Amino acid sequence: MAEEHAALVAEQFDDQLQQYQTATLGMWIFLATEILFFGGLFAAYTIYRYQYLPAFEIGSHHLSVLWGGTNTAVLICSSLTMAMAVRCAQLGKKKPLIAFLFVTLIFGFLFLLIKFGEEWRHEYLEGLAPGVNFTYHGPHAVHVELFMFFYFFMTGLHALHMIVGCGIMITLIILASRNYFQEKFNAVEIAGLYWHFVDIVWIFLYPLLYLIGGRFPH
Amino acid sequence: MAEHVAHVERKRVYVTIWIVLLCFTALTTGVAYIDLGSNWNTVVALAIAVCKASLVVLFFMHVRNVSERMVRVVIVTAIFTLTVLIVISFSDFATRKLIPPPPGLRQASHIVVHHLGEEQ
Amino acid sequence: MGTASAATLPGSGEEFHLHYLNVKHGLKAWLLTTDHKRIAWLYFFTTTFFFIVGGLAATFMRLNLISPQGALVEPETYNKLFTIHGTIMIFFFLAPAVPTVLGNFLIPMMVGARDVAFPKLNLLSWYIFITAGAIFLYSVISGGVDTGWTFYTPLSTMYLNTHVLSAAMAVFISGFSSILTGMNFIVTIHKMRAPGLTWFRLPLFIWSMYAASLIFVLAMPVIAITMALVMIERIFHVGIFDPALGGDPVLFQHLFWFFGHPEVYILILPSMGVISELMAAFSRRRVFGYGFVAFSSFAIGLISFIVWGHHMFVSSESAYAGIFFSAMSMAVAIPSAVKVFNWIATMYKGSVSFEAPMLFALGFIGLFTIGGLTGVFLASMGLDIFLHDTYFVVAHFHYIMVGGAIMGYLGGLHYWWPKMTGKMYPDYWARISALIIFVGFNLTFGPQFLLGVLGEPRRYATYPPNFQFLNIMSSAGASILAVGYLLPFIYFIWSAKYGAPAGPNPWGARGLEWETASPPPVHNFDVTPVVTHEAYDYEAVSETVAVS
Ligand SMILES: [Cu+2]
Repeated sequence: MAEEHAALVAEQFDDQLQQYQTATLGMWIFLATEILFFGGLFAAYTIYRYQYLPAFEIGSHHLSVLWGGTNTAVLICSSLTMAMAVRCAQLGKKKPLIAFLFVTLIFGFLFLLIKFGEEWRHEYLEGLAPGVNFTYHGPHAVHVELFMFFYFFMTGLHALHMIVGCGIMITLIILASRNYFQEKFNAVEIAGLYWHFVDIVWIFLYPLLYLIGGRFPH
Repeated sequence: MAEHVAHVERKRVYVTIWIVLLCFTALTTGVAYIDLGSNWNTVVALAIAVCKASLVVLFFMHVRNVSERMVRVVIVTAIFTLTVLIVISFSDFATRKLIPPPPGLRQASHIVVHHLGEEQ
Repeated sequence: MGTASAATLPGSGEEFHLHYLNVKHGLKAWLLTTDHKRIAWLYFFTTTFFFIVGGLAATFMRLNLISPQGALVEPETYNKLFTIHGTIMIFFFLAPAVPTVLGNFLIPMMVGARDVAFPKLNLLSWYIFITAGAIFLYSVISGGVDTGWTFYTPLSTMYLNTHVLSAAMAVFISGFSSILTGMNFIVTIHKMRAPGLTWFRLPLFIWSMYAASLIFVLAMPVIAITMALVMIERIFHVGIFDPALGGDPVLFQHLFWFFGHPEVYILILPSMGVISELMAAFSRRRVFGYGFVAFSSFAIGLISFIVWGHHMFVSSESAYAGIFFSAMSMAVAIPSAVKVFNWIATMYKGSVSFEAPMLFALGFIGLFTIGGLTGVFLASMGLDIFLHDTYFVVAHFHYIMVGGAIMGYLGGLHYWWPKMTGKMYPDYWARISALIIFVGFNLTFGPQFLLGVLGEPRRYATYPPNFQFLNIMSSAGASILAVGYLLPFIYFIWSAKYGAPAGPNPWGARGLEWETASPPPVHNFDVTPVVTHEAYDYEAVSETVAVS
């Protein structure tokens, strides 16, 4: 182990390449567990949707495609800025790195604002929050509540991941402003993987929750 | 120092992917307002979602030119396991209603139900 | 770093041997350590503690079952006892024990690394584990929980007034500890191998730990999310699994057993890896059919994910799904049998010696075979309808988990104890212990096969008087088993102080972990080893050369 590497390479590794590949592989395995973590919900969702499709359509039609679609776009934009941030970190450009991280953070906040401030608030006031304020009494009420539960739980779990992601962004911004990443771009790249993964979850949540049975007049 | 470890993607690639993703989002929303008949709306929506997710994975997450080859195996394994979970548990619910059990099994389950009824 | 200088010291001098145990002292040095060997000890003490708690619960159960009316406790208390026993043994002893104690200690050493890939996550994983354990103990102390370790809904979510929430929370949290451990091991095995250590030179313990880690990573998230759903259904009274509110309890069983069945392979696979090591070391032979044994671990891991429905044959599962699950469950017997046959073939024409670890290994093979074959009975749907939820099932999975997993764990502990502590234990007493455990175990669980066939259902505090003889036999056997488990406690503690120095390789075994001092230096090897031969190269002389 050469001495000048000591600050860059943790003691259990031989060189920077090994450390880099190890961290990347570790993050991907973590994301694999996340796939299965959300996957349990997707499995339950699939089975209930198959059994109670009419109720799921009714529930889905109570959601706002406008805001759901807007949030999809917001997340895609945040993914672009995140990818650009990773690129800046790879090239060692500090100022644009901080700028892109900051924009990503803003997009994250915007997403959460729309999610909680607009959508959840609206659905809560409409009496569609299962177990808390559920006053819907139309057809299939029991299973509409089931759908609304999946809606709240899946988007809630996703939002939780977004909140964690925003926390990571703030940490990265602080570290970057202290020149932490001049040589160690790896952390930004690993965080980027996480951020993009959360984006992918939403890419599936959007059609599965908001667009059940289409929106054309039946 | 950093350059020899990771491949740096061109800016143009990221922006192109971003535009394609936005177009797909508009497409999936638009298609929802057209009646494609039976389950085709769901199929199309899911197909678009899979395309979008693949683009994010390949380009934004650098799987297209990742230096660690195991990453691809990890992704495939996770998706395979998730498919197993969904498909097999779903097949239980699907076959339960669509196909009646063969006569022998029906008789056997009848006996069991009867037997349990006596116990209670 | 102080540790870096320790690694470069010549660690051979008898009176000045700086190793991982004496390099730093004090509670803080242990609780904040990132050394995988010390973390293994942290796990050793905590899992042993949970083993004692779970064992005490079992003791009370067996005492209660001496009399048909229940000799000791109320039925409600009995329900809590078997829940405590099951949950602690599965989630807080068996699942972590072999992977986190032996795995943590050995994987970096066997692959010739200085540490695991993510040492800090490794420590974090232990803290998550003890947090989960503390929460479960809280639910026990504050009144107990009586769902069974399976948390079946809607019983757990709607009907019980016991501390289900904290228990479910504990299981939820413990999942993340296992996920981090599994992730760490997989990455370590992939990226941290010493130069020259190709996949087919790896010890078979590594292969089976790899398979077990895969299951950790892929199955644990599902139980975590399922427990989250249980908690939410209980708190908000939304009908996820409760049929009265539109949910489906069988869906819970799908999600639970999607995790639950691979989980039992998490318990047995690492022990299978231990047995492969022991067979080679004490037969002085290369493991017969190395490739088959290695890949059978993966086959077991793979098939374990598509058999879960065999727990649900009598719960309105579709008959067609049942046929599939039944066939797949029987298919698991094939890779398992490959292992057993290859272990036996390893002994053939080897120079077999019967030190204590080998006795545990032989016990494992016998008991695991019985457990596995009775598993095939239960996998056939028609028979399962009659044996489901009887003592036959209890006996079957205890033959796998106690006769298999714990025998393997004890065998591994005895085998690597000299490496971990640098001290030898009294082999005579260890052999006695192996013998007592084998006899006590069969006396405890053998009669339960008969009880199951005769129709005694599991999880009841009372039973008809005609089952009493076999129940007393079982309880008597349990007391012998307890003595067998008590012995290692005594002589292991004794050996830590009075045991003879073990030297680097007391068994004359191959494998990288035996090529460094006992106890090993902080970074395991004074110089990174370069591997030129496979782990079971008993014919050739060690050709490991040192490079700087
Ligand atoms: Cu099973």
